[in-house]
Amino acid sequence: MESFLRTFFEQTINGLVIGNVYALIALGLAIIFGVGNLINFAHGSVYMIGAYVGWIAVTKYTLPLPVAFLLVALVCGLLGVLIERLGLRPLQGSNRIAPLLSTIGISFMLDQLTQILFTPDPQSFPNPLPQTRIPIGTTSIGMIDVLIAAIGISVAVLLFVFLRYTKLGWALRATAQDRDAAQQMGVDVNAVNRTAFIVASVLGGIAGMLVGIYFQTVYPTMSFQAGIKGFSANLLGGLGNIPGAMVGGLLLGLIESYGVALFSGSYRNLFAFVIIIGVLVFRPNGIFSRKRQLPPEPLTGTFIPNSKPIRLPKWLIGGVIAIAVLLPVFVTARYPLAVMTNAYLLALVALSVTLVTGTAGQMALGQAGFMAIGAYTSALLALRLNWPFELSLVVAGLFTAALGTLLVLPAFRLRAHYVAIATIGIGEIVSLVILNWDSVTNGALGLVNIPAPTFFGIQILSARDTYWFTLGLLLVGALFQWRLVRSSLGRVWRALRDDEVAAQAYGINLNRYKALAFGSSAFIAGLSGAFTAHMYSYINNETFTGSTSILALTMAILGGMGNIAGAILGSVVLTVLPEVFRGLEDYRYLIYGLALVLLVRFRPQGLLGSE
Amino acid sequence: MALLEVRDLARNFDGVLAVDGVSLDVDTGEFVSIIGPNGAGKTTLFNLITGTDQPTHGGISFEGQPLVGLRPDAFAARGIARTFQHGRVFGNLSVLDNVLVGAHTRRKASRPRNLVIELLGALVPTVGAKAEERQLRQEAEAIIARFGERLTPRLHNAASSLSYANRRRVEIARALALKPRLLLLDEPTAGMNLTETAEMLAFIRELKAGGMTIVLIEHKLSLVMALSDRVVVMDNGHKIAEGLPEAVRNDPRVIEAYLGHKNTGINRSDAEDAEKI
Repeated sequence: MESFLRTFFEQTINGLVIGNVYALIALGLAIIFGVGNLINFAHGSVYMIGAYVGWIAVTKYTLPLPVAFLLVALVCGLLGVLIERLGLRPLQGSNRIAPLLSTIGISFMLDQLTQILFTPDPQSFPNPLPQTRIPIGTTSIGMIDVLIAAIGISVAVLLFVFLRYTKLGWALRATAQDRDAAQQMGVDVNAVNRTAFIVASVLGGIAGMLVGIYFQTVYPTMSFQAGIKGFSANLLGGLGNIPGAMVGGLLLGLIESYGVALFSGSYRNLFAFVIIIGVLVFRPNGIFSRKRQLPPEPLTGTFIPNSKPIRLPKWLIGGVIAIAVLLPVFVTARYPLAVMTNAYLLALVALSVTLVTGTAGQMALGQAGFMAIGAYTSALLALRLNWPFELSLVVAGLFTAALGTLLVLPAFRLRAHYVAIATIGIGEIVSLVILNWDSVTNGALGLVNIPAPTFFGIQILSARDTYWFTLGLLLVGALFQWRLVRSSLGRVWRALRDDEVAAQAYGINLNRYKALAFGSSAFIAGLSGAFTAHMYSYINNETFTGSTSILALTMAILGGMGNIAGAILGSVVLTVLPEVFRGLEDYRYLIYGLALVLLVRFRPQGLLGSE
Repeated sequence: MALLEVRDLARNFDGVLAVDGVSLDVDTGEFVSIIGPNGAGKTTLFNLITGTDQPTHGGISFEGQPLVGLRPDAFAARGIARTFQHGRVFGNLSVLDNVLVGAHTRRKASRPRNLVIELLGALVPTVGAKAEERQLRQEAEAIIARFGERLTPRLHNAASSLSYANRRRVEIARALALKPRLLLLDEPTAGMNLTETAEMLAFIRELKAGGMTIVLIEHKLSLVMALSDRVVVMDNGHKIAEGLPEAVRNDPRVIEAYLGHKNTGINRSDAEDAEKI
C-alpha cells in the first residue's frame, strides 16, 4: 500500500510536470484555433524546431540557458510569422480545409528539413541545469521539474495579462469572437493573426526545448506526437478555450502518467488518441461544455473547389493502359519497374482517398491504418492458416472494409476538420494496437517470411511479374471505383459531400452512406496493404505510417479530388519525379510537403480537375 | 385527424426560447402560411417539423404517427419535403442531379435494405434499377421543365453556377421530386424581383391547385394573402394569432408585432407591406 501511494505521488508529480508542457503546446493551438478557426498541424514541427534550436544553443555553443531560451523564442516566433505569411494568409477566402492542408504540408517540410540537416537519429541533450534535487514527501523533484512548472505558471499569468489588459490582447479576443465584426471595428485582422502565430510559436518552441531537456534528447519525429498531445489537451478543454487548454494539458499529463504506471510505456501515446476520439464523439465542445450546435447553412458546398474535370478521351485511356501493360517488354531493368510498382500500389491508396474524401467529402487521413489492417490480415492468414495468396488477398480486402468501417463509425457524426483528426487518430490507434498486441502481431519485431504473392498458383517474384500484377490490381480497383462513382450511389455520396444537412433532409441516411464510402475505400487500401506485405515478405508496426496517408492525400489532390484518373496520375507523378531527377531521392518528403502547399494555394482543383 | 399535428413544441437554444409552446394543425390539401418578424422562430419551427433540429419539448405527428426523436431522413421517408431559407442546393451537382437526389426516398430497386447488396447493385445495376433510374430521370426532367426556360437550358450545369433565384427554383424542383405529402417552403421568393416573384406565385398556386399540402414561410404579405387558406403569426417564439388571411391582417397584435407599437393604423402596415414586396 505504501509503495502504491508512493508511486501514485510520483506519477502525479510526473504527470503534472509533463502536463505543463502539454498545456504550453495546447495554449498555442488554442490561440490559433480561436483566432483563425484553424487546427495548426505545423505546431508540432515548430515545437520540434524549438527543441533543436535549444539543443544547438546549449550543446554546440554552450550559451547560458536564459540566452538559449531567448534564441528559441526568437527563431520560433519568426517561424510563426513565416508560416502565417506564406502558408496561410494567401489562402484567405479559399475553402476551409485548405489552410489545414497547407499546415500539413509545412509540417512535412520542416520535419524533413530537420532530418536532412541533423539526421533522423535522436541527439543527446545533456541537462544543463544543476543536478540538485529537492525532496518532497517520499520523493524528490529535479530543477527541470521546477523550471517547467515555473514557466508554465508564468506563461499562464502573462497570457492572462496580455489578453486582458493590452490593446492587442483585446483585438485578439475580439477576432476570436467574431472576425468580421472585429474587422468592421477597425481591427487589423492580419496583425492579429500574425500575433497569434508568434505567441503560439514562441510557446511551442519553449515547450519543445523544455521537453528536450526533460528527456535529454531531441529527434525530428517528436513533432507529430507533440502536435497530437497538444491537440488532445486542447480538445479536452474545448477547442480554442485558453483556460481549457491549460486544464486539458494538466489532465492529459496525469492520465498518461497514471496510464503508463498501470499498463506499460508502449501505451503512452495511445491515451491521447483515445481521448481525441472519445471527446470528439461524446463531448465535441470539450468536457466543460454540453453545447451542440446546428451547423450553419452554407450557400453551396465548399469542400471541393468548383471546377470542370478534364474528360479524357477513351482512346487516350486505352493507349495509356496499353503502354503501361507493354512497358516491361521494353524496359527490362529491375529498378524502373520497381518504381512503377510502388507508384501503382500508392495509386490504389490515392484512389481510396479520392473516393472517401473527394467523392464522399470525408477527410480521410488514416488510410495507412487500413493498409496495415489489410497487410496483417493477409499475412496472418498466409502464415498461420496457410491460405493461398489469392484468397487471403480478397479476404483481407473485405475484412479491412468491415473493420475499417467499424473503427470510423464513431466519427460519422463529425465534419470536415474533425473527421481529419479522428481518422488520423484511428490510423495511429491501429498502429499502436499492432505494436502492443504481441501474441498476434509479434509487436515491433513484426511478421517475417510472409510467402510471396501467387497468381493461380504461380509465384510472383520477378520485378516484371510484380509490375503486371500490381497494374492489374490497380486497374481492377479503378474499374470498381469508376462503377461506384458513376452510379446513383455516387450521386448520393456527392450530395452528402456538398451539404450534409440538405442531403439528410432529402432522406439520405448519412451513416449508411458514409459507411459505404469508408467501406469501399478501406477495401481498396486494404488490397494495397495486403499485396505490399507479401511483396516485402516482412511487415511491422512501422511499415505503414501516417506519412503514407498524407502522401496518398497529396497524390489525390494533385490529380484532382474525386477524379479517378487524376489519383493515378498524381501517384505516378509524385513517385516517379524524385526518381527522374537524380539526387532528389533524399528530399522526397520535402518535395511532397512543398507540392501540397503549392497545390492548395495555386491549383486546388488538381491537374485533371475535381469531380 | 389532421395530416400534421404539432403540439406544444418548444426549442431552447442556451436559454433563448426560439420556439415556445407552438401548436399547429395542417389538414391534407390545406395551404398554411407562417408569418412574423425576423427572429420570430419560423425557420426553427420548420427545422423541428423536418427533423433537422430536435425540440426541447413537445410533439409532432404526421398522418397519426409520432415523429419526435427520428432523424431528418426518416421525416423525408414519410413524405415531408422542405426548401431552405438561404438555399442549400448541392453546389457541385448538376441541376438534374440535384433534382434526382430529391427522389432518393422513392428509389426501391436501387436502394435495397441490405447495404452490401446496395453496393453490389451500384457496381452492376439490376434491370429493375436501370428502369427505375430512367423513370426518375424522366420525371426529374419533367419537373425541371415546369420552370420553363429558367432551368431547362441549365440541366447539366453545376448548381453553384446558377443565379440566386435559380437556386431557389432548383430547391423547389428537388422538393417536388420527393412527391411530398407535405411541402414546406421557407421564403421561396427571397432575393427575387417583382417579375420573378409573380412567376413563383403562379407556380405555387399551380401546386396548390394540384391538391398539394403546403406550409409557407414568407415575408411578402401579398403572396401570403393571395395563396393562404389560413395564416399563422409568430412572434418571439409564440404563435400570437391564427386565422383567415384578412382577419389576421387586421389583428392589432399582428400589427404590433410587425411595427413594434400599438397605435398604428392599418394604412401604415400597408405601407410596410408595399416596401416588403
